[in-house]
Amino acid sequence: MSGPHVAEMPAADVPVVAHPQSWRLLLTLGVAGGLAGLLIVLVFNWTRPRIEAYKSQQIRAAIEEVLHAPQRTDTLYLDHGGIATKLSPSADPSKVERIYKGYAADGGVIGYAIGASEAGFADQIVLLFGYEPREKQLLGIKILDSKETPGLGDKIQKPPFYAQFAGRLAPLLGVKGKAPPGDKRAIEMITGATISSRAVIREINNAVQRWQPLLDRYQRTGGTN
Amino acid sequence: MGNLLWIFVASMLVNNFTLVLFLGLCSFLGVTHNIGTALRLGLANLFVLVVTAASVTVLNKYILGATPFLRIIAFIVVIASLVQIVEMAVKKLSPSLFRTLGIYLPLITTNCAILALAIFQTNRQYNFIEAQVFALGAGAGLILALTLMASIREKLQFATVPNIAKGAAIIFIVAGGLSLAFMGFAGLLSGG
Amino acid sequence: MHEHCGSSAATISVAGKGPTAAQDLLKGIWKENPVLVQLLGGCSTLAVTNSVVNGLAMGLATLFVLVFSSLFVSSLRKVVPNEVRISTYVLIIATFTTLADMGLEALVPETHKALGAFIALIVANCIVLGRQEAFSAKNNVWRSVLDALGMGLGFTLTLTMMGAIRELLGAGSFFGYNVFGPRFEPWVIMVLPPGGFFTLGAILLWLGWWRSMRDRREREKAAAPTIQFHAYEAPAGPAKVA
Repeated sequence: MSGPHVAEMPAADVPVVAHPQSWRLLLTLGVAGGLAGLLIVLVFNWTRPRIEAYKSQQIRAAIEEVLHAPQRTDTLYLDHGGIATKLSPSADPSKVERIYKGYAADGGVIGYAIGASEAGFADQIVLLFGYEPREKQLLGIKILDSKETPGLGDKIQKPPFYAQFAGRLAPLLGVKGKAPPGDKRAIEMITGATISSRAVIREINNAVQRWQPLLDRYQRTGGTN
Repeated sequence: MGNLLWIFVASMLVNNFTLVLFLGLCSFLGVTHNIGTALRLGLANLFVLVVTAASVTVLNKYILGATPFLRIIAFIVVIASLVQIVEMAVKKLSPSLFRTLGIYLPLITTNCAILALAIFQTNRQYNFIEAQVFALGAGAGLILALTLMASIREKLQFATVPNIAKGAAIIFIVAGGLSLAFMGFAGLLSGG
Repeated sequence: MHEHCGSSAATISVAGKGPTAAQDLLKGIWKENPVLVQLLGGCSTLAVTNSVVNGLAMGLATLFVLVFSSLFVSSLRKVVPNEVRISTYVLIIATFTTLADMGLEALVPETHKALGAFIALIVANCIVLGRQEAFSAKNNVWRSVLDALGMGLGFTLTLTMMGAIRELLGAGSFFGYNVFGPRFEPWVIMVLPPGGFFTLGAILLWLGWWRSMRDRREREKAAAPTIQFHAYEAPAGPAKVA
């Protein structure tokens, strides 16, 4: 209770004191909340463009890598259970899933860049992989975000591991130790980091399983090949 | 189902909130002089975690979709309110428990573990069941870490601790040992 | 409600007059270092110090939240009613934490990714709320900002030091630059959770040793004059007066 008033108010008047007080409490919180909200919204609007720019730059660089420097790319959307080149008006652009179609210099389709995100050992492993649906071939992968254990799980981001994926066929199979020479599905897992390795393999297999029928339908119904 | 099992085991053992993710250290340092208190605070934490997980799922789904930047404020407000409610409930239902826990109950609000749970489940987009299992695992892990530390500290009272190590230093070194032991869980359920 | 955070903040005031402005600034760096002396903010200290860059970034982010929260809390201390005091402080701190989060994501996205959820945890960091309760709520703006600055600097220095130790030993690099060359076998445990605990434990051990050395020196200094007095019989009293 505020100092000066306590001395003056007799106990019987306490209920009367309480009323303007709670009004003041709410006002204080309301004003504080309002100002806080205003400040946050201002900074949000200032930072949002930069954050989006960075994110799209990251994706673009990843697409370049996993589709082997396509001449141009198209964005495809997963809309109403099917792949479409344009978003329907009712779709929410921030929530709809995208994949990217890469074309070579001669106009032929290189493949599709598909994203996946699943739990690894420490947290989510977010990656992008290049995929050719007719041969079911992996073109390459790029890990976009991983919090795996430094020195062990984070080796999934280093060349010996992720370079393996180029040219492999889905569904992938993780093997410990050396992969059998003729096996086009085998991926050698990192010793001491089998969970992280397996997570990457599982993620890609799940994504392939999910997108294969959609891609088949898309290609059958006129998406150019 | 396998997914839920992994979430539980991972948050309890493999990525234990205290010994691996370093969350909830204030209570880890402050409340572990006595096994009974440690256990009771752990249970209080578990309860708050579970209720928070439920509230955050609702919050994320219906309110925060449009305003993601208000997340931190919303979470901390919800957590503070929940702790107040738990405090009042404990006071009413079990005054003796309230007296034992005393100052430690408000401590739960600034326990980074609760806020971290809210953030993790949002980032990983857990649904209601997954979030509940996550909270149960995290709470169980907290209880485990707190009681382990408390048992060691009780024994430590009879050990000869070098003067320079007395206090926080020896606790952190022991915690390091516990953390090292918990790294052994890294291979658990690796088939999953 | 949040008495815990406040009670941990040991404000040591100099006997006689209150602390000077310089003391308010400098006490956070050594005497009342938030991590090593007050033992607060453990979560951030251990989780993000696996490299120098991360430790430094977290320290600076916390410094930002501390200074601006103190600024506002101190400015508003006479206006905010007592009942909603803590709620308002938490609201202010949460606001600046959100701003720090967004700012980091826009300016240094890689570091932001590495720090992850821990930036948001600044709002639950006892150092911040503790300083508001213990200091900013009772002192003018200038002093509060100095206090926050000192605490933030102490925090940043400690985090950077721990990050340096862990990165040098655990990855053989400093600030990302390889220091020991390719033949160095990194002591990986140092960048893993146990390493965090051990590093802080080791620093506290060293601090304990330093304190015991200092206490012993002071005891010896206090004991010495007595011995001297007995060895040399003091000259006759009256002669001294002249």
